[in-house]
Amino acid sequence: VTELPKISARRRRTDKIMRGLVALATAIALVPLVLIIYYLLHKGLSAWSSGFFTTDPNLSQCFPHIPGAPPPPPCNIGGIKSAILGTLEIVGLATVIAVPLGILVALWLTEYGKQSPFANIVRYFVDVMTGVPSIVFGLFIYTLLVVSHIGGDAVGWKGALALALLMTPIVVRSSEVVLLLVPSSLREAALALGAPRWRVVTRVILPTSLSGLITGALLAIARGAGETAPLLFTIGAAHVATADLGQPMNSLPTQIFSDLGQNTDQFVNRAWGAALTLVAMILILNLIARAIARRSRLA
Amino acid sequence: VEAHATTVGGGRSVLERSPLSRLPDQVLRFGLAAIAAGVLVLLAAFLVVLVNESTDAFSHIGVFNFLFRNNWETSQLQEGAACATGNGCTFGAWPMLVGTLVTSGIALVIGVPIAVATALFLTELCPRRARGPLAVLVDLLAAVPSVVYGLWGFIVLAPHLRGFQQTLADALSFIPFIGGGQVAGPSYFLAGLVLAIMILPIVSAISREVIATVPVENKEAALALGATRWEMIRMAVLPYARPGITGGAMLGLGRAVGETIAVAYVIGGSTTLGHSIFEQGQSLAGVIALQFGEAESTPLYKSTLFAAGLILFVMTLFVNLVARRYVVRAGRGRRVGGGAAAPGVTELEAEASPA
Repeated sequence: VTELPKISARRRRTDKIMRGLVALATAIALVPLVLIIYYLLHKGLSAWSSGFFTTDPNLSQCFPHIPGAPPPPPCNIGGIKSAILGTLEIVGLATVIAVPLGILVALWLTEYGKQSPFANIVRYFVDVMTGVPSIVFGLFIYTLLVVSHIGGDAVGWKGALALALLMTPIVVRSSEVVLLLVPSSLREAALALGAPRWRVVTRVILPTSLSGLITGALLAIARGAGETAPLLFTIGAAHVATADLGQPMNSLPTQIFSDLGQNTDQFVNRAWGAALTLVAMILILNLIARAIARRSRLA
Repeated sequence: VEAHATTVGGGRSVLERSPLSRLPDQVLRFGLAAIAAGVLVLLAAFLVVLVNESTDAFSHIGVFNFLFRNNWETSQLQEGAACATGNGCTFGAWPMLVGTLVTSGIALVIGVPIAVATALFLTELCPRRARGPLAVLVDLLAAVPSVVYGLWGFIVLAPHLRGFQQTLADALSFIPFIGGGQVAGPSYFLAGLVLAIMILPIVSAISREVIATVPVENKEAALALGATRWEMIRMAVLPYARPGITGGAMLGLGRAVGETIAVAYVIGGSTTLGHSIFEQGQSLAGVIALQFGEAESTPLYKSTLFAAGLILFVMTLFVNLVARRYVVRAGRGRRVGGGAAAPGVTELEAEASPA
């Protein structure tokens, strides 16, 4: 047995240093996550006072702090009830629009379009749409629906449409991945038994891929729920809770945005509380999505 | 007699379906195709609306003046007054264009090396059992909404990193446009740093994906020739994965360019061009978010913000198209996220929020 030449000390040292650096970079990557979670819990939980979830934001008793003047008397700025309700309603409507639409496009891509040129073009532009800045969705809906005063000025359902535009391509992409996982032997078996295409789709493909489709939809919802920019010009700036999507509404992200704009302790405090609420909602959606994905029959 | 056995009614074979039972198939087929075509119509409509709304700005100011003049001045503007160039407001969006490019550049410089190192660690070096949990943690960064990054960056990061930024600025003061000056807190650099954190998960996920496709034979060959782990990574893994990592970085760039809310808060919101990366500035997306309210009643002002949106749209479109080419090439004809092995990236795309 011939002996292998020893690896030189220099090369071993380089190896050690580089491996150390790579591990260090990974540790650095996790620092912001730890810090954000720490601050969210630290500042957010203290903002969760008794009336936080049950009162609407209230600005009527509050006066802006004018530089030079004595600080205004403390006022009760209220909670985030309307913001939570608004987010639930707007994201709910966006989901009702985007999820079926996205799954239908994905179905066409996998079952009919396949690798045809037109299907590839659609695929390409769906990809492109996932990269459109979200504020552009807001501008688009603002021009089409808010300026034209269709059904009021800036109201809840218009914001929901902007979110739906943003969520649809995400649903298409994740659904297509899942639908491609359905074994073609299942399709062929159903077709060989004489089932028409639409029955194959409704009775074989959709049930088989259901859990994967739900996972994709939940992740798209989680993404939509955290978006601020599409809602800024489209939902109005209401503080009163309403169940009517035809009225101006409030939402958690826009509430945080405007509270941060005030930049006084009280408002920033409420922003932290609202941020913790929002992140908690999104994390729960994520966890559910991951749990469903793990139990999926496919993959 | 045989013909009677195999046909019914109008001479149709029993093996064929009746026209009525074939109807749902046709409806499904063409209905779905129409919906898919709707996606294309939508994208075309985007472009039409943005171009249409911004014509006013471009025809009054000129494309060149809008893009490359450093004079965004709106503070003289009276509420509802007609706004024309020379009437108290001028619109040269150069400071914002620079803001967007500089912050995205900083984000790439800081974010990509860390993201690639994370991907290398997770795929090549980390103990197998820690892989899953660590990957989930990195991906969680994408689940944080951008307004929360804005809140954290503005309230926590800006004051805490002020000293650090000042040190950096002093140390780099010999390089023009980079260092020197008095650090305020929010700055191009801080915005770039926050963007780096925000693009980290997507770049890392795509890099992980691409690194996982490096053939085991290549790696084993390098090790068999006596390479150390790092030499194996440098000679077998990185060259093979480079196009995919480039594509991932481009997708990250697309995210960074379009990011709105977080940047709007941590960049400082000043529409005059800063002298160094440690001074306050503004980005294209940020100026739309922060000034749209006051611009709403002034046609030309509003039109300039749509023009900013159009530039942003075209920039991200271009960056994403280039990125797709790289990622597709790296995936050997398969889209990342388009194959059975890649649901992770699609999930991540869904989670990451660019605004």
